[in-house]
Amino acid sequence: MTKRFALGVFEDEDVLLHAVENIRAAGVKIYEVFTPFPIHGIDDALGIERSRLPIAAFFYGLTGLAFALWLQIYTLGVDWPMIIGGKPHIALPAFIPVSFELTVFFCCHGMVITFYAISKLYPRWKTPVLDVRSTDDKFVVAIELKDGTDLGHLTQLLRANGASEVNEKEMSKF
Amino acid sequence: MQHVSPVREPLVTGGKSYHDVTQDVCRQVEAKPNIRWMAALSVALFFLGIFFYSVYRTLWYGIGEWGLNKTIGWAWDITNFVWWVGIGHAGTLISAVLLLFRQKWRTSINRAAEAMTIFAVICAAMFPVLHMGRPWLAYWVFPLQNTFGSLWVNFNSPLLWDVFAISTYFTVSLVFWYTGLVPDFATIRDRAKGPIAKVAYSLLSMGWKGSAKHWSRYETVSLILAGVSTPLVLSVHTIVSMDFATSVVPGWHTTIFPPYFVAGAIFSGFAMVLTLMLITRVVFKLEDYITLEHIALMNKIMMITGSIVGVAYITEFFIAWYSQVEFEQYAFINRATGPYWWAYAAMMTCNVITPQLVWIRRVRYSIPATFVLSIIVNIGMWFERFVIIVTSLHRDYLPSSWAMFSPTIIDIGIYVGTLGLFFTLFLLFAKFFPVINMAEVKSVLKYTVDNGPTYTGVDPHHAHAHQPATHGVPASAPVNYNKHD
Repeated sequence: MTKRFALGVFEDEDVLLHAVENIRAAGVKIYEVFTPFPIHGIDDALGIERSRLPIAAFFYGLTGLAFALWLQIYTLGVDWPMIIGGKPHIALPAFIPVSFELTVFFCCHGMVITFYAISKLYPRWKTPVLDVRSTDDKFVVAIELKDGTDLGHLTQLLRANGASEVNEKEMSKF
Repeated sequence: MQHVSPVREPLVTGGKSYHDVTQDVCRQVEAKPNIRWMAALSVALFFLGIFFYSVYRTLWYGIGEWGLNKTIGWAWDITNFVWWVGIGHAGTLISAVLLLFRQKWRTSINRAAEAMTIFAVICAAMFPVLHMGRPWLAYWVFPLQNTFGSLWVNFNSPLLWDVFAISTYFTVSLVFWYTGLVPDFATIRDRAKGPIAKVAYSLLSMGWKGSAKHWSRYETVSLILAGVSTPLVLSVHTIVSMDFATSVVPGWHTTIFPPYFVAGAIFSGFAMVLTLMLITRVVFKLEDYITLEHIALMNKIMMITGSIVGVAYITEFFIAWYSQVEFEQYAFINRATGPYWWAYAAMMTCNVITPQLVWIRRVRYSIPATFVLSIIVNIGMWFERFVIIVTSLHRDYLPSSWAMFSPTIIDIGIYVGTLGLFFTLFLLFAKFFPVINMAEVKSVLKYTVDNGPTYTGVDPHHAHAHQPATHGVPASAPVNYNKHD
């Protein structure tokens, strides 16, 4: 479906931050903000909830730890017990390194895969962007234009808040 | 906004704007390969050829092509393995530990250092795999069902711990590096002119658009990866050192090994980062990003870790005497005065004495001196591993099996070959990937540029240029500040 956007282009991240707060305060819904680098404080300004990825990472790590302990105890203690160096079959201190490594392995890869999945990031042949300068040096506020949106009013609002340009763009598959 | 002390030098010099950063970093990605790069790549490919030939000889004729004998079953291969893994550690240290400590200067060097980590670990992995003799059975190190043999792998063995440590370290470093690259690939994609570049960087950038929500998650992911990579990097070299420390060979059986190896790893890693950075900044004209300040800071870390290593050498000697274990005492006397005294002398000179020159400010800030010093440290750290491995093995409890080791041309070929492999990968990276993390440099640019004015909430200088805003907007909101004026 084709969507229409008003794009407020900003030159400076602090101007953008204030603009985002003011635009939201004026009751305008911001579709998305595109920036060339992470801006601290924009999460609060946009009302983005804190990511729950750390919690996911913790449980992935826990899974890794459980798997590692099961693997070592099952293979050396249950399936085929052997006496190695006169030590007990289940020599827990010797299992620490592998348990740690697998905890880290599961934690990192689980979290990163989740990050790419929930952000819908995957390799694509073509990547349509609203403003190519938003990965270079411009900060772009995208506001979706629905039928009946007053573009003039919006432009004025964006400009008043420091936008250097206001553009209109249509985008399908966005 | 972070407070930056006025006495500190700016992290990025030359008063760069965001767009300048993009231009400077993308320049070498978009330009045609220059002659210096081509020349360097040819040399690297020549050594890569030596690597393939040596590997072919090793696999076709077997491990007998190496200089090993029944007393010295580990020599150059494991020396090189430990050396390469150690080099890799600086990348993780820079990207993870310095991130946790909020050392902003890391932003200019973390990308290349992480790349170095990955390539160094690839080189390191060659040695244990080739030492297996039949690398096509390398999967036997994984815990697989009994159908592959009659037994499970032995989880009590440090060599198996190594398998898990190195695999985890490699894959985690790879995703950490790649996730950091994604936003920069998006920058290159959005600038790309050619159809191939457009598609290639679109695929690589995973559809990144720089949306605020994605950045928020990205930062969370980076922070957690850094937090987890920090103990990981320490664990990896700890486990590598346990390959030796858990044995009963005099000279290896010491509890000091884990911290001593970790310090040595960081030491050699920073030396390699310096070597690479000094070349990269000149070849790609990135002097404004990798400044003398960066070089001095890295020199300091190198000197500190070098001193830790020096203390470890002395401690080992002291403990050998203090323990009153004659085998242990002999191992150390033999190291310093035995037939391999020259290796020990090289190690001591390169690792303990020369890095102390960094105390002198002029040396710390001198590019030629730093370059020479970084090469010396890498030589010294190679000798350290050689000393630990070969001089401990060549004379242990049983004098009748004492022996000497001399490398064959194949041993040497594989070693210099991995250097070729490393530099081939690094040169390809430097040409096709952004060598500096653009997004991160842009995020620290503002409060580090010395002469660039910054937004302070109320800017009297610019306020008069605007009409008072309506719609409840504060009248002081500045507009369209052009960084180029």
